[in-house]
Amino acid sequence: MNSLLLAEVSGPAFPVLTAIVVLPLIGAALLTLLPRNRPDLLKQVAVLVSAAVGAMTIWVLVQFDTGSAAADFQFVDRQSWISSLGISWTLGVDGISLFLVVLTGILFPISIIAVNEKKDPKSYYAWILVLEAGCLGAFLALDLFAFFVAFEIVLVPMYFLIAKWGHGDRAYAATKFFIYTMLGSALMFVGILSLVFLTASATGGPITFDLQTLANSQALSTTTSRWIFLSFAAAFAVKVPLFPFHTWLPDAHTNAPTAGSVILAGVMLKLGTYGFLRFGIYLFPEAAVYFAPMLITLGVIGIVYGAIVATMQKDLKRLIAYSSIAHLGFIMIGIFALDTQGLEGGLLQMVNHGLSTGALFLLVGMIYERRHTREIAKLGGLQKSAPILAAAFMIVMLSSVGLPGLNGFVGEFLILLGSFAAHRWWAVVAATGVILAALYMLWAYQRVFHGPAEGDNATMPDLNAKEGLVLISLISMIVFLGVYPKPVLDRMEPAVDALISHVETNVPRFKEPTATHLATVKLGDLSALEGSASGEGSGN
Amino acid sequence: MLAQVDFVPVATPTVVWAGLVPLMVLGGGAVLLVMFRSVVKRLPTDYESWVTTALGPVTVVAAYVLGGVAGQDLPLSGVRSNVGDGWFYLGFLVVLAVSALLVWSLDIGLDTAFTVGVAVTTLSATWMLWGDRVMVDGAFNSIGEQLGVDGFSIVFTGIMAVAVGLTALLLDDYIEREGVGGVEMYVLLMLSAAGGVVMASANDLIVLFLGIETLSIAAYVLAAMHSKRLESLEAGLKYFVLGAFSSAFLLYGIAFVYGATGSTNLIAIRTFLDANTLTDDGMLLAGFGLMLVGLGFKVAAVPFHAWTPDVYQGAPTPVVAYMASAVKAAGFAALVRVFVVTFGAYRLDWQPAVYVLAILTLVTGSVLAVVQRDAKRMLAYSSISHAGFILVGVQAATSRGTAAVVFYALAYTFLVIGSFGVLTAVSGQGDRATTLEDLDGLADRRPALALAFTIFLLAQAGVPLTTGFVAKLEVIGAAVEAHSYWLALIAMLTATVSAFLYLRIVLAMYVGKSSEEALAAPRARIPTAVILVIGIAFVVTVGFGIIPDPIDQLARDAVPQLVASG
Repeated sequence: MNSLLLAEVSGPAFPVLTAIVVLPLIGAALLTLLPRNRPDLLKQVAVLVSAAVGAMTIWVLVQFDTGSAAADFQFVDRQSWISSLGISWTLGVDGISLFLVVLTGILFPISIIAVNEKKDPKSYYAWILVLEAGCLGAFLALDLFAFFVAFEIVLVPMYFLIAKWGHGDRAYAATKFFIYTMLGSALMFVGILSLVFLTASATGGPITFDLQTLANSQALSTTTSRWIFLSFAAAFAVKVPLFPFHTWLPDAHTNAPTAGSVILAGVMLKLGTYGFLRFGIYLFPEAAVYFAPMLITLGVIGIVYGAIVATMQKDLKRLIAYSSIAHLGFIMIGIFALDTQGLEGGLLQMVNHGLSTGALFLLVGMIYERRHTREIAKLGGLQKSAPILAAAFMIVMLSSVGLPGLNGFVGEFLILLGSFAAHRWWAVVAATGVILAALYMLWAYQRVFHGPAEGDNATMPDLNAKEGLVLISLISMIVFLGVYPKPVLDRMEPAVDALISHVETNVPRFKEPTATHLATVKLGDLSALEGSASGEGSGN
Repeated sequence: MLAQVDFVPVATPTVVWAGLVPLMVLGGGAVLLVMFRSVVKRLPTDYESWVTTALGPVTVVAAYVLGGVAGQDLPLSGVRSNVGDGWFYLGFLVVLAVSALLVWSLDIGLDTAFTVGVAVTTLSATWMLWGDRVMVDGAFNSIGEQLGVDGFSIVFTGIMAVAVGLTALLLDDYIEREGVGGVEMYVLLMLSAAGGVVMASANDLIVLFLGIETLSIAAYVLAAMHSKRLESLEAGLKYFVLGAFSSAFLLYGIAFVYGATGSTNLIAIRTFLDANTLTDDGMLLAGFGLMLVGLGFKVAAVPFHAWTPDVYQGAPTPVVAYMASAVKAAGFAALVRVFVVTFGAYRLDWQPAVYVLAILTLVTGSVLAVVQRDAKRMLAYSSISHAGFILVGVQAATSRGTAAVVFYALAYTFLVIGSFGVLTAVSGQGDRATTLEDLDGLADRRPALALAFTIFLLAQAGVPLTTGFVAKLEVIGAAVEAHSYWLALIAMLTATVSAFLYLRIVLAMYVGKSSEEALAAPRARIPTAVILVIGIAFVVTVGFGIIPDPIDQLARDAVPQLVASG
């Protein structure tokens, strides 16, 4: 639709992606120059900067070519960085990263607006902006070095956010978070360098860290690429987190400040799943196919384990943290189903989880601010004192559970569809996760909001205007994606199909799994399934 | 008058004086300073400060002239070519004024200003040697075939000069505060660095040994310089005994190598080893082993590290900054030149030994660091683990590995001087307040200092956008290219363990609560010179961390070579 416009924009135009990454850093530097005792001014600057970044990501979304270049990387910006090692600052966006970038652009201003930090606001907002730059850099990087830098640098601001502004045993949680993630990245670091140097010596070409060049050369032997894939998987599995590597997550989430939790769950966990997609599958298609059953198994264990453990939690925030493990398990099985539906579902679910879990953490933060406790047993009957908060919580919770008409359903449905075609019985087991999700979420809701309100619970104030606005913006996106996901899926599909055909070309024995015994469900029919606003069939 | 005798001319080596400028500046500076102070104990206060300020412009002139000497072999030609250009004079005058202003605003003593001036002049000379000679005409010998000048030796000379200058700035206030030492500290510092320069450029094992001894003996005394602290004396003694012990190993190793190859000259040894195959190489291998032990002591590789924690904890903090940067760097320079370059043909024999040393060093350094309670001791163990990282680069025995060693040594010099600079500032009267409890809540009391320390620590942990990260990238890249995957993996895993230690210090500063006394104590002034040191280290660490290309290029150009006679 805007191909004409794009003709003008493409080429050596304004490097918008670099600007997106650098602007938060400039904002952070600006904050350090402002006076310490003006919290309002500091916050306004932070909001302004992050909103500007958000606006730029939306501009990218609007300008994104859905025509001939739909499957390619767009807005590519390439600058040499360390020339002797073939390292360059390469950024680009395609259908896979597009919505994660937009999600990041939206979630940051929201989480900055939502919380008024009183303790040392200057460093607080500065760290958040540094974090934003790191997250965006990781989603946009098309150079392994640039990606690793961004992937690793996000640890520092998040470490400080937890250690300095967190609750409870924050020093322990922050250190555990840092060390766990760094341990994974350490393995990936060796993996990246092995990949780069071995590819260079196998092809006889120059050393390069360029993602596309490396992905297209596929010069390594099967065994080598499997080992290197495992080293990448170690880093991403910790970040996701996949089942046995998850133990840092509940601590980090529970003890982080509200904005930290929102960003951690909403954006940073996606670095792991995104990494599997962008780097794991793209660079090592054969290894990805080989290890897919193992990763799906871990994902399914995560779904069931996360759900069961979440059910038993006494702390509301910890409950949501464990529910994240279950949701990320869903995303993993979607991705490693390695078919269009599964991948699209996984991608969409990344965005969904960011929105709904982000909103849940905001809500828990609001409750904590009023009641100074997150213990489910001490809360109760909040519905009476704070009906609007309860309503918002209900909608967000239902989205998280996967109620049709809200975004969670679309994602989970596509994932189950895709993984059913690929690994039928695992999909069946995973489906029980949906039921368990309803169990722990509804039960938690019941205990917190229903029943008699006593003591402080009875007098808890309802949402104020600012909080309401923040939540409405998230809820409107939740509803929109639930009712009309087509524009999103349309933009994801070319990139996803390109990835799958990349796997098919490079792995001889692999064919995209299809559910031949099912009537082919076209994506356009989804809207009909939900009995809501229609869209024309998008066609496959 | 003596009667005429038959005069048999002694065959003197050809001397290229230009190549000796850095060495002579460092050594001559030391001699000059000690002579001046033995004649004039102290100038009247007014004169003292005037002379100090005047040292700024004097340094600029000396750097310009001696740089010219080093660069083009024609004294003053650098000046002459610009003569007649009015802008040149104007620019020169501005630089002179600025340098005087800088020295004046730093508020440092005469000795410090002199030492920093020597360091700057050395840097200028090395810079000109690099740009005008080695990069243009290639490497050359400066004295016969005993001392070589190549990119490698020049970069390490530069590291020595940087370490001397920054350490002198740290010492300035320290000496006054602690009431110890005096001019001899600066003199020893320069002498020690001169020894380091000899080590980095030695083309002969005997010359190498001379360099090591000059470097070490000065360092032993420096370590014991804080005469009011028992720990400092203990540190000096320990360092001396173990150092002398290791020198004996080195010397014995040199003797074996001489026995096996018939020469102590590195060029001759290499030519011999390339041309001949030893049917019985037992003696040569024994020489390798003994030399590895000797040099292993100098760079504090496990299991020859036992002196490090005690010496680092006991020695005066600025001296530790010097030892961790310059002494270690010189040790690695010697290790690379002897093993990688000279014994390159026998790399399959010594590589496994270095492999094992590297693993032991990495693991011991990082694991033992975690259980310490004193920041200086922690950094001592962390310096051991950094030595392990550099050994990973040595083990690769490739030009990439050597470039990685150079990069690492350069990056680590600034990192470690910055870290110990912060510790110098906070250690307080008596140089004792370096435990974790003392650092508790530092971020509330001294936010800027805590932030700088945090950056240095994170850089040591290998967090991106710092030189520490790029250094690890280079080293691990070299290891992977040499197919040492397990070593690379172990190195990165121990880096994670070390990260835990750095985070403990960071946590103490940011989450810990200041003790009552710390809050009640008057806010001590941090001298401008110390701030300057921390600032320089900070800018280098972050600046070249974000844009590493210049240092990377430098390191790549500095791959060592042995210069044949010519």
